[in-house]
Amino acid sequence: MSLSKIKFDKKIVLSFWIILIALIIAAPTLLPVFRLNLLGRYLSLSIVALGVDLIWGYTGLLSLGQGIFFALGGYCAAMYLQITSSSEFPNNIPEFFALYGVEKLPFFWEPFRSPVFTFFAIWIIPAFVAGLIGFLVFRNRIKGVYFSILTQASLLVFFNFFNGQQKLINGTNGLKTDVTQLFGQMVGSESMQRVFFWITAIIVIAAWFFAKWVVKGRFGNILIGIRDDEPRVRFTGYNPVIFKTIIFSIAGGLAGISGALYTVQSGIVSPQFMTVPFSIEMVIWVAVGGRGTLLGAILGAVFINYAKSLVSEALPASWMFIQGGLFILVVTALPEGVLGWIQGDGPRNLLQRFGLKRKIETYPSLEINNKEGNNE
Amino acid sequence: MELLLDSLFNGVAIGSVLLVAALGLAIVFGLMGVINLAHGELMMLGAYTTYVTQLIFKLPIFKPFYNSYIIVSIFLAFIVSGVVGILLEKTIIRKLYGSPLETLLATWGVSLILQQFVRSVPLAYGTGLVISLLIGLFLPTTFPSKIKESINFKYFKFSSWIFAALTGVLTGSVISSSVSKLSRASARNVDVTAPSWMRGQVEIIGTAFPKTRLMIIVITLISVIAITLFLNQSAWGMRIRAVTQNRQMSDCLGISTEKVDIITFGIGSGLAGVAGVAVSLLGSVGPNVGGNYIVGCFMVVVLGGVGNLLGTVLASFGIGIMTDLIGAGRLLSIWPDMPLPLSNTINFFATTSMARVMIFALIVIFLQFKPTGLFPQKGRMVEN
Repeated sequence: MSLSKIKFDKKIVLSFWIILIALIIAAPTLLPVFRLNLLGRYLSLSIVALGVDLIWGYTGLLSLGQGIFFALGGYCAAMYLQITSSSEFPNNIPEFFALYGVEKLPFFWEPFRSPVFTFFAIWIIPAFVAGLIGFLVFRNRIKGVYFSILTQASLLVFFNFFNGQQKLINGTNGLKTDVTQLFGQMVGSESMQRVFFWITAIIVIAAWFFAKWVVKGRFGNILIGIRDDEPRVRFTGYNPVIFKTIIFSIAGGLAGISGALYTVQSGIVSPQFMTVPFSIEMVIWVAVGGRGTLLGAILGAVFINYAKSLVSEALPASWMFIQGGLFILVVTALPEGVLGWIQGDGPRNLLQRFGLKRKIETYPSLEINNKEGNNE
Repeated sequence: MELLLDSLFNGVAIGSVLLVAALGLAIVFGLMGVINLAHGELMMLGAYTTYVTQLIFKLPIFKPFYNSYIIVSIFLAFIVSGVVGILLEKTIIRKLYGSPLETLLATWGVSLILQQFVRSVPLAYGTGLVISLLIGLFLPTTFPSKIKESINFKYFKFSSWIFAALTGVLTGSVISSSVSKLSRASARNVDVTAPSWMRGQVEIIGTAFPKTRLMIIVITLISVIAITLFLNQSAWGMRIRAVTQNRQMSDCLGISTEKVDIITFGIGSGLAGVAGVAVSLLGSVGPNVGGNYIVGCFMVVVLGGVGNLLGTVLASFGIGIMTDLIGAGRLLSIWPDMPLPLSNTINFFATTSMARVMIFALIVIFLQFKPTGLFPQKGRMVEN
């Protein structure tokens, strides 16, 4: 409110972007390879966090199953990479099939020979699955916690399926990507990782603008309307099912892109991406960053994961305590998240408490109401 | 016939584990509308309580009563999980009534902390901590009313907490010095061995049933009957039902909703502890044991219809029997010469994990037709 209302000077905005782009270009030379790879991974996680922010922060749907779409995107990318670099293995199929005595490629692998198909599959397949699950659930006006529980159950369905099917997708071992080839280069090699970092950074920015565009205008208003009072939206003549399905499948598509980028940078996709804790973690990134702020989702994902890797390196056992504490703290003390707190009245209230700033007159409240009443 | 009996028994056995686990959740979620993702971890605490009780009963003083440790641990597990649950309600959940999604996230945080707690704190001191919590929470309520009403009550309360802390440290160090297995923290899974009278099998109508399974069914039956009697016959049960139906009106009529919340949550958590005892009889106990059950429990509650114990019972037995039918590929043995594509499909799903896939898919399909479960709450509302 106070901060977001400030109109930044065009020069400041321009210089901010120039610095950001310079940092992105320079990052590979500034950071050691290991850290760069971590940063790239966390940036790709911030895309899925953007999706969570769209469905949770703006539409009020708490999905605990984003891992499904994340992993689907990852699997699409990994299948393409595996199949294109399998020419030296027996039967021209990926190596692991030989372990289970499979000689013929399962049918659903075939289309992934084509790079064009894969390029679209990475986001269309997760978006379609999300749309389907979403439509089936929303159609019955299942919402709130029931929606969360059902998405969690679907997550377990997918996890068990992928985990159990050795002969189709290598089951619990997952698909490795770091030793595969892309355009004649090893995916795990340093130069490829640098390229992936840049691609990720660009896509994060693009996804951010896309998400901002989605929530702008009437479509975004209806999403917020659904979050705040769904029956009223329905009585006004809108059909919330369509809007919820669309936004849920957009979030699914974003999760798929995020999963693909994460997979090529971490070198493996496995059913571990579909475990229950991982999907709930995605929610906490958004909750800490500030739901309904978009930028908060990106910052939350990057900073929390960076903190996680730093803390886990120093004190392996303590991260669970910190993470658990973070959940409780954010929910009870900071429900708007850090960015929401900064944009809201948080800093002013804090300063007031120490007597550093004068209390604003709240009555007569005309001016303040006009300023703040129409937000949210 | 034998096959049918076998299948039915297996189904009931699976279902009764689900039921005893979901019972506490059905009360907390169904009556209070609180999504408690830490429910699985409260079960884990119950399972660890069984383990600790078992080791303590191996000490020379308790050795003669060793065979009865499992009965004792049922009560202890109820108390331990109940106390932790009450603490949870008093500190966190109370602030979040009416916003279930927030509760969900906060309780998930609690579950992470509890998991890491049993990994990195020696069980002996964990026991001491629980004992001090128990004393600290309940000692003040036993004071005579004259003290309770006096101005200095907070000092009495404070001193009782000091006493509680001292007792906790004392018991912790006594246990850790006498039972070496409990004195070190470990993330490994531990095993609960059933007493000798519970090992082996019982033969009923020509079929052998493992005794531990029967024991779990008995525990489940007793819990269900006890909780039904409590809710329907006792005064506090009536108050709980009243608050569930209309919180404001109950408040106006002089029911202390705060107390009702604590009691409901305490009982729900305590039942999770009892479920933990049952779970500990089935396999090894580890920090992650709760996570295996939590989603299944929620499915049972959603399928049965929220706030309905009968629905919970039917749903869990239904899921249990279906799991056995699909997971063991029993349809194939009932109808051996079915067409090939069908039998292939059944074989495809005839593992434990694929049966789970099938069951959850079936539940989602079922909810398409009955979105509010088997026994929906009656009434006309815009919301829910």
